[in-house]
Amino acid sequence: MSHPGRVHNPSRYVVPSLDEVLSFTGSAVAEAAQSLIPSASETLIDRSVARMASSYDYDDASLDSRYPRPPSAGQGSAGTDQGYDPNFVPDSVKTFVVHLYRHIREKNVYEIHQMYDGSFQRLSDRMFRECPWPSVEAIAPYVDNDHVFCLLYREMWFRHLYARLSPTGRQRVESWDNYCSLFSVVLHGVVNMQLPNQWLWDMVDEFVYQFQSYCQYRAKLKNKTEEELQLLRQYDQAWNVYGVLNYLQALVEKSAITDVLEREKEGLEQFTATDGYDYEGGTSNVLKMLGYYSMIGLLRVHCLLGDYHTGLKCLAPIDISQQGVYNVVIGSHISTIYHYGFANLMLRRYVEAIREFNKILLYILKYKQYHQKSPQYDQILKKNEQMYALLAICLSLCPQNNLVEENVNSQLRDKYNEKMTKMLRYDDEAYAVYDELFTYACPKFITPSAPVLEEPLTNYNQDAYRLQLKLFLYEVKQQQLLSGVRSFLKLYSTISIGKLAAYMEVDEPTLRTILMTYKHKMHAIDGDGKIIPNADVDFYISEDIVHVVESKPTKRYGDYFLRQILKFEEMIGELDRIKLD
Amino acid sequence: MGRDQQQQQQAAYTVEQLVAVNPYNPDILTDLENYVNEQVSSQTYSLDANLCLLRLYQFEPGRISIPIVVRILIKALMAMPAPDFSLCLFLIPEQVQMEEQIKTLIVLSHYLETARFRQFWEEAAKNRSTLEVVPGFEQAIQAYAIHVLSLTYQKVPRPVIAEAINIEGLSLDKFLEYHVANSGWVLEKGHSRSQLMVLPRNEFNHPELKKNTVDGMPFEHVTRIFPILS
Repeated sequence: MSHPGRVHNPSRYVVPSLDEVLSFTGSAVAEAAQSLIPSASETLIDRSVARMASSYDYDDASLDSRYPRPPSAGQGSAGTDQGYDPNFVPDSVKTFVVHLYRHIREKNVYEIHQMYDGSFQRLSDRMFRECPWPSVEAIAPYVDNDHVFCLLYREMWFRHLYARLSPTGRQRVESWDNYCSLFSVVLHGVVNMQLPNQWLWDMVDEFVYQFQSYCQYRAKLKNKTEEELQLLRQYDQAWNVYGVLNYLQALVEKSAITDVLEREKEGLEQFTATDGYDYEGGTSNVLKMLGYYSMIGLLRVHCLLGDYHTGLKCLAPIDISQQGVYNVVIGSHISTIYHYGFANLMLRRYVEAIREFNKILLYILKYKQYHQKSPQYDQILKKNEQMYALLAICLSLCPQNNLVEENVNSQLRDKYNEKMTKMLRYDDEAYAVYDELFTYACPKFITPSAPVLEEPLTNYNQDAYRLQLKLFLYEVKQQQLLSGVRSFLKLYSTISIGKLAAYMEVDEPTLRTILMTYKHKMHAIDGDGKIIPNADVDFYISEDIVHVVESKPTKRYGDYFLRQILKFEEMIGELDRIKLD
Repeated sequence: MGRDQQQQQQAAYTVEQLVAVNPYNPDILTDLENYVNEQVSSQTYSLDANLCLLRLYQFEPGRISIPIVVRILIKALMAMPAPDFSLCLFLIPEQVQMEEQIKTLIVLSHYLETARFRQFWEEAAKNRSTLEVVPGFEQAIQAYAIHVLSLTYQKVPRPVIAEAINIEGLSLDKFLEYHVANSGWVLEKGHSRSQLMVLPRNEFNHPELKKNTVDGMPFEHVTRIFPILS
């Protein structure tokens, strides 16, 4: 079948299959393989510089922004690009790139982190609030035209653009190009540096974010100019879903990260203990960590597609009941748990979702003050609010008394007490509340297929979200009568079917189906086919008497002691390592 | 005959491998479709492969095949109580869900999810042609019905079983006899002289049997502290 929107175009954007991605041997990579210094025939940078130097037309400002924009940039007006000269490099930028380049060459991870997390943000705030950083060609001479450094710089350049300004269609495509080059270089195993985990996480996070943003962008066809449509036709392979998934998959595989984690369990390898760094050997941590974070990236992409089962499978090698590298960087910790919890919610494993949300919300409550200055602070707060909403949903569908910690519970009640009461009522108002909370807290679902670029042009960016919402509310509807049953069961230790039917104003056969529904919905099936009970109030029926059983809460001492033992052991080890002069 | 079976086994092995190793690849779409048909004819089931196919349909909406989707959904229904049916629906676009056959399956799933067995069997009878495509459907649903009954009842009246599994009269007697012999069911007389089946004890209908596994720990976690303890 032909795809009407797809023009056969010998562009350099081919759909990367997994094999292609794994064996990419473009000229750029071959160059980089020799040394960190590329040759002058580096065409990638030339082409991109030519594009960047052209005038900027910003998209309308109605994109989903992850970061709060400074008030003046919100209009997307032409006033912002008047003063911008991509080739002008202020002294502070010169110093910045020179020092960053040196630290990378010297593998001074601590300094790199300071510059990446601190100086970059400060310079952005001071000098680049409303315009992009200098172009990569302008700074390249100061860093020996180092090919890999330029790719890294460009990645930061685009990330800054997305955060502070609105990327044009062309810039989105260029960013894709940059990620392809960057990941190909890494996959080819020629990157010989140690970078801070924060940076590596941000790369994967941003990659998935830009993919999601592009899917939203190209699904809004109604108000696009002819030029923009032409761009979509021409670069139809940019941000294609196969490419995104295959790059993430390739990073996971090439890094052999699942083997590393397996070996670590058997005590044959150090990974978590050193946060993924290699302090002694100095081997590169880039591929390994990108592979690790790509597992979380895959979970995220699958959630965006609505495939929760596969998403959880991708995350499976990471054991989230233990400390791990995933919770070293707070952004990765939150993203992991948010998507894990959401996937479990959609899979009806409510208790599991509640447990994980509870843990992370407690963590954020305790430690968010330490991140107030960080550029991720707003994102942390946003996800925090979303997870409270999801927790409220879970607890309304599956009330539990003892799974939520006190402080988290009081926060939850502050925010959502009224709404939770409404949700338990299961009338029309309840559905409105479920709708509202789900819409607020859900991921930005995407339609992964290529757009049909013919009349009539529509906006279909909401289709995926509407489907997930509809199916979610459908599930809520099926559980409609369960809340009533639960409140009755709490009042009795035994009650006959006849009496209970009378109280609930239904006939006996209907009551039997309701009771069976309760049992079915409250017993989820996990990935191994095991039955997991979710209910806090349970019962069994003997002929026509219902016997109620209330479950008792249990304290999980074993887990707690285990974690403390490991933590103290680690501390003792660290203390031992300190040598006093 | 043996060689065909072996070849079939080999083909299935290859598809599973494909799904595990290289799932984001439009070229395997036909293989996955063939695999669905294979699952139907050999009465096997693979959620991962079917989800992979539904994902590919999402990426290439022009190549979707409604009969295949119908088969996947029927197979998913047969996997109940696992939530496979919902998992599949999450991946199927709304317009496709409007197809007659799929709408019917959604209704059937609704009845099963809310334990409305009588309505389910009525509706299923009206749609025999759709469901006949997949052998083993009836037995799978009956197994699900028994599962829900065992979660709920210690002692269940005969009419309730009859309605749940859609068997009556002599066939029901045979069915019950079979389970008395093989699954540990016991026939009893309830008050008002009705027949009762006593279902096997499990932790869901006998709460005292519930092992307190909440405080248990997987063994591999404990092995982590062995180096410390030694």
